[in-house]
Amino acid sequence: MTQTFPVSIKVNEKEYKREVEPRLLLSDFLRHELGLTGTHVGCEHGVCGACTILFDGDSARSCLMFAVQASGHHITTVEGLANDRDNLHPLQQSFWEAHGLQCGYCTPGILMTMIPFLKQNPDPTEDEIRHALSGNLCRCTGYQHIVDAVKLAAEKMK
Amino acid sequence: MKPAPFEYHAPDSLEQALQIMKLNAGEGKILAGGQSLVPAMNFRVVQPGVLIDLNRVSELSFIHEEDGTIRIGAMARERHLEFDSSIAKRTPLLTEATPFIAHPQIRNRGTIGGSIVNADPAAELPVLMLALNARLKARNASNERWIDASDFFTGMFSTALEPDEILVEIELPFMPAHTGWSFMEVAPRAGDYALMGVAALVTLDENGKCAGAKLVYLNAGEGPVDAKEAAQILQGEILSDELIKSAAVHASEKEINPFGNVHTSAEFQRHLANVLTKKALKQAAQRAGDLQ
Repeated sequence: MTQTFPVSIKVNEKEYKREVEPRLLLSDFLRHELGLTGTHVGCEHGVCGACTILFDGDSARSCLMFAVQASGHHITTVEGLANDRDNLHPLQQSFWEAHGLQCGYCTPGILMTMIPFLKQNPDPTEDEIRHALSGNLCRCTGYQHIVDAVKLAAEKMK
Repeated sequence: MKPAPFEYHAPDSLEQALQIMKLNAGEGKILAGGQSLVPAMNFRVVQPGVLIDLNRVSELSFIHEEDGTIRIGAMARERHLEFDSSIAKRTPLLTEATPFIAHPQIRNRGTIGGSIVNADPAAELPVLMLALNARLKARNASNERWIDASDFFTGMFSTALEPDEILVEIELPFMPAHTGWSFMEVAPRAGDYALMGVAALVTLDENGKCAGAKLVYLNAGEGPVDAKEAAQILQGEILSDELIKSAAVHASEKEINPFGNVHTSAEFQRHLANVLTKKALKQAAQRAGDLQ
């Protein structure tokens, strides 16, 4: 018989209770159990950064964690950034204005990486932004407009 | 790309974890930060029957000073090492090298103990443990023992731990006075596994002569490679450019044994080791001089 565990996980300020198999990845829990498909799954081995979420406020790969490990913890996904589509988070708004995405696959992971980065470093240099983006792969943009968007966001969030 | 089923345990004390290890000796696999184990499980390269998750064992997350040493619990996150003020003061080599470990998203989860036990020859922490003369505390349900870092790494992804043992604590002696440090590596992209890397320590005496040196390399063999002969070349001498050059040649030609991979030939790894050794020794000697 398959072993399951009760979990209680707060995601974007809302408490969810489910029964999960211990091998269920947090990324799959968010997408399949909760329908929060903003968290994208790229490489599933911690290289591409598409599945980045905040775990108790710190960025982490949700494909390198089991849902059962998140019980009692607070997860923030890209869906938690804005209340509605007319009031985007300044970081999202900056990506919109600076054309910081093309296909958009990497975008949620990049946003969830840049949120704690800008909190820690509110006035970053271009080099620091590029270094901070090094754990997130984008195959469309060549990164230039992403860097522009993060710069713009830093301005807006001052 | 999904892990095979396993039996899961999440003890909230070390005692419980050790009992579960005892009952599952050989089959029990420890889950620490999971930043190497979970990818391997996703690929099903690793399929543990029993997974023992230490993330709820809060007693293993400490970092403190005691009797001239830094004591670090095996579950301390790499991100905490990076910003710890005791580590920055007492073992600044570790502070300098930690940002080279993958990316912040990985360091937020990855643990010092996990990386050490994983014993990846391309990883930074095993190299740093050798460079800093760490002692590693292993426990099973009935005993504990201390293992010197120099005896701990036994080969590719292999350590001296017994199947029922858990690495619980790391002890780092404070770096000696007048000791300069340097950590350098070359990676295709920031945060990727480095093609080559070196940790260097240089202690100078009151005459500016080398009273001790250490050169340890990553991705240079079956485990972290301690180039003892190259360090010996520097012993008791003024670190002239000529002497530094001969130590770099010796380490890169005679002591390391890189394999090459898809990103690099072994020959290029030796070239990088030569260049990095010279730069790192100069920086370490400079810093040691500044401390006098």
